[in-house]
Amino acid sequence: MPEQTIEADNLHLWRGERHVLRGVSLRLARGSCLEVCGANGAGKTTLLRVLSGLIYPEEGRVLWNGENVRRDLRAFHAVLAYLGHEPPLKADLTARENLHYWIGVRRSLESEELDAALGRVGARTWCDRLVRTLSAGQRRRVALAGLALLPVPLWLLDEPTTNLDGEGREVVGELIREQLARGGMVVAAVHHGLPASLRNLTRLDLAA
Amino acid sequence: MNQRDGHVAETLGALDAPGAQPRDLPAPARRADAIEAARLALLRDLQLAFRKPGQLVQPLAFFAIVTLLFPLAISPELARLRELAPGVVWVGALLGSLLALEFLFRDDAQDGTLEQYALSGQSLTGLMFAKTLAHWLLTGLPLALMAPFVALSLGVSAAALPGILLAVAVGSVALSLIGSIGAALTLGIKRSGALLSLLTLPLSLPVLIFGARATQLAIHGTSFLGPLELLAALAVLGVTLAPLAAAAAVRISLE
Repeated sequence: MPEQTIEADNLHLWRGERHVLRGVSLRLARGSCLEVCGANGAGKTTLLRVLSGLIYPEEGRVLWNGENVRRDLRAFHAVLAYLGHEPPLKADLTARENLHYWIGVRRSLESEELDAALGRVGARTWCDRLVRTLSAGQRRRVALAGLALLPVPLWLLDEPTTNLDGEGREVVGELIREQLARGGMVVAAVHHGLPASLRNLTRLDLAA
Repeated sequence: MNQRDGHVAETLGALDAPGAQPRDLPAPARRADAIEAARLALLRDLQLAFRKPGQLVQPLAFFAIVTLLFPLAISPELARLRELAPGVVWVGALLGSLLALEFLFRDDAQDGTLEQYALSGQSLTGLMFAKTLAHWLLTGLPLALMAPFVALSLGVSAAALPGILLAVAVGSVALSLIGSIGAALTLGIKRSGALLSLLTLPLSLPVLIFGARATQLAIHGTSFLGPLELLAALAVLGVTLAPLAAAAAVRISLE
């Protein structure tokens, strides 16, 4: 298997007068996880969106396996999963329907797989309820089930543990551990810190 | 890595460490092809629409009420109304389809669906086409099915109705596609309704002109093929270009 890396090279980004990303560089190899820390407004989400290719940085570049991701954005997107801080769910569909459409757009999906993923996040009893009736933590769990169904090489997670109880946080830890064990990479923006049980963590502090 | 001023982080690949045994990645699940992705995007929008049927009825009710205003404002004489019918039908259909446009991408932008579409590794153009097709099935087609009844109430003879149905059906395809560009361009703006109309209506004028002409000819019982073909040409032009433009506009809105 070729060496897989995600690299960012001296990223700079301004939002109006604000210099949000001030020369961020990072390099991740297979099986490693980067924890992006920083206060509210430090640019954690912005960094993730730049890494995903949604935002163009004013300076610097993002490299996947040494190649600028801009050269073939669609191929890059096929190997990454991005989870924003709001779960991308439709309020008027059930949890199961949401996953069926959201994940189905990306990959073929058997209903047994869907059941297994919903079971993993403890959603089996309420997965046929409309998402509008679910709590914020339950919605987050549905999003995690979606993540479990996307074993692509690179995960970009924005505050994956928000609104989750202890058990839910453990699910996040477990998913990340699995991702790392199979040689995947994770970049997670966190305010509260990832579950302590994770190893191979590197921290990037955007605060100073 | 050379040290720079900014924030630098480097992870030593955990798997490069001695003794680390990477498990192989599981066989990747088959990626959904573009057709499958577009099919699911279409079905999702249809299913969502039928969960909120109120929103579906709005453009139709609007169409009916607008056409009702003309007899009240001008004259209830059928002979005069018949002369006005092409204009009334088309202005009503145009405004009705405009009313629904604002919802085309709005919810998807708010709940992060557009973001996931843009990051899905699928052609965003294809997904935009699917969404626009869903929009046409939910608004354009019902408007086209209603147009003959509106025309009938304006004193048009039954013989002209198939032609009117056809003209509105083809024309509304072009309207949905033109509208998708405007809806995508105004995504970043709150309460974009007025701006959306300003952007979309001028671009819709050719559809209005050829559509009204085709309807007029149908009412007079002569061949309306000429303007209908021009309408179809506009629709084809829209199919080829509008999803591209909408996808580009959506990407900009996500920045």
